[in-house]
Amino acid sequence: MALKEQDIKDIAHLARLGVDDSALAPLAADLSTVLSLVEQMNSVNTEGVEPMAHPGNAVLRLREDTVSEPNQREKLQQAAPATEDGYFLVPRVIE
Amino acid sequence: MDIHTKTLAEQAELLKQKKVSSVELCQHYLDRIERLDSKFNSLITVDAERALAAAKLSDEKLAKGEGEALEGLPLIHKDIFCTDGVLTTCGSRMLDNFIAPYDATVVQRLQNQGMVMLAKANMDEFAMGSSNENSYFGNVVNPWKAGTVPGGSSGGSAAAVAARLAPVATGTDTGGSIRQPAAFCGLSGIKPTYGRVSRYGMIAFASSLDQAGPFATTAKDCAMMLQGMAGFDERDSTSSDQAVPSYTDGLDQSLEGLKIGVPAEYFADGLDASVAQAVEQAIEEFKKAGASIKPISLPNQGLCIPAYYVVAPAEASSNLSRFDGVRFGHRCDNPVDLEDLYKRSRAEGFGDEVKRRILIGAYTLSAGFYDAYYLKALQVRRLISDDFQKAFNDVDVILGPTTPTPAFAMGDKTDDPVAMYLNDLYTVSANLSGLPAMSIPCGFADGLPVGLQLVTNHFEEARLLQVAHQYQQITDWHTRAPEGLD
Repeated sequence: MALKEQDIKDIAHLARLGVDDSALAPLAADLSTVLSLVEQMNSVNTEGVEPMAHPGNAVLRLREDTVSEPNQREKLQQAAPATEDGYFLVPRVIE
Repeated sequence: MDIHTKTLAEQAELLKQKKVSSVELCQHYLDRIERLDSKFNSLITVDAERALAAAKLSDEKLAKGEGEALEGLPLIHKDIFCTDGVLTTCGSRMLDNFIAPYDATVVQRLQNQGMVMLAKANMDEFAMGSSNENSYFGNVVNPWKAGTVPGGSSGGSAAAVAARLAPVATGTDTGGSIRQPAAFCGLSGIKPTYGRVSRYGMIAFASSLDQAGPFATTAKDCAMMLQGMAGFDERDSTSSDQAVPSYTDGLDQSLEGLKIGVPAEYFADGLDASVAQAVEQAIEEFKKAGASIKPISLPNQGLCIPAYYVVAPAEASSNLSRFDGVRFGHRCDNPVDLEDLYKRSRAEGFGDEVKRRILIGAYTLSAGFYDAYYLKALQVRRLISDDFQKAFNDVDVILGPTTPTPAFAMGDKTDDPVAMYLNDLYTVSANLSGLPAMSIPCGFADGLPVGLQLVTNHFEEARLLQVAHQYQQITDWHTRAPEGLD
């Protein structure tokens, strides 16, 4: 499937990824090439084949509902771009 | 001192016999790093002070006759593993200021085993790449030939061990990122069974494919390392609770009676003649050692790359959504609103290949395309996995080339993502199927190392390592090192 510049704009918005207008055409070309590679999958009939999301078909384990981690808020927030009073700061969302 | 020419196993003996101290050993490697790494750019962070302090503690234990199996031995970690208090970049601008607040389980375990971390290795950004040309911290040079790539994504780890800047290093392998650089740099490297080594604290790329493993010069050293890394971890929801066997006890068993399968599909179009020749020579060696060779078929081999380039980007686009400029990592200047903050932080923080994969993943998972791409890829994945299980009814090990060509020149494939992806032609199937696989050196082509890939059934790492070790008893390819690095 050949992607157009508008397709790239739409996908980039879904992924919350800023893309310059000048990058749209090369990205459309690159992604179209990758899609034609992956479309080689269509050469095989997979009707009735059980999808394999995971090797070993792991089942999620359950554990006791107990506190397992200590409170390390200050340490964990040291890597944050902006914090205040223990909160992560972002631009104002509600006026 | 030429102790860098010794294997990890030999260094462990020298430490126990007190012929060398851990401080001397680590200082020797730190001196080599200081003197040589400007040529290779294999490392992002070197922490000499921390390393020497840890080495001193190991020496105190060794002096008392105490210490763990790997006490005092140096290593380098791929910069994908979180290290408490040490910069952890994942090769990305997104994390160029990220001091991890905790240790990955792999880091913790090897430290508990007494190992001393010297440095953190360069890598393709977020482990996406096959040449180490996608790092925010610059290309890594293959120590075997200037201007040549070391492979990727664990290119820094491989180059560092090849240049003898450490006896061993950790790596991760999502589609070949341990085996392909091991092949390109003349090393032994193992990707264990999915679930064998904890993924906790290992920055996620594609969670159903990612698996950590070691690089070393010998299979025996890989066995020692894997012993220290493997085992159940309640912090990784897909960690296996199967008991970990000894990986070193069975290494000396002979190959008499071993059944090796050679898939016809691995010797089809795209395989360089010089690589084919080295692999065929290796097959002859295995026959001499008493193994029998059986031609097999993996009929869906041709669909591995197509399926992989749906599954891996899909999982990546989801995993990398956490890098949003809010809780950690890069944030753009003066965002006007939350959407601007997300979009510009991510646009500035991620490199081109990471952006391509996020977009491919977002597209193939989006409404209307999910069945045609993602679901289809999962079905093809099942067919690929079933091919291996059928083959393992008849054979113990599957053998072939690790890569279609030896290491290529920098810049050769950077303009064509698909040409770059084809590097992983023989390696991605083990990730899709969750199988353990290993690359070991089996010859040279124009002065560059060639890798031999071995694959066994799930949780048969001990057999994989035994087969590799036995091959290394009758060949000496693994003893070769790049020249001019004394």
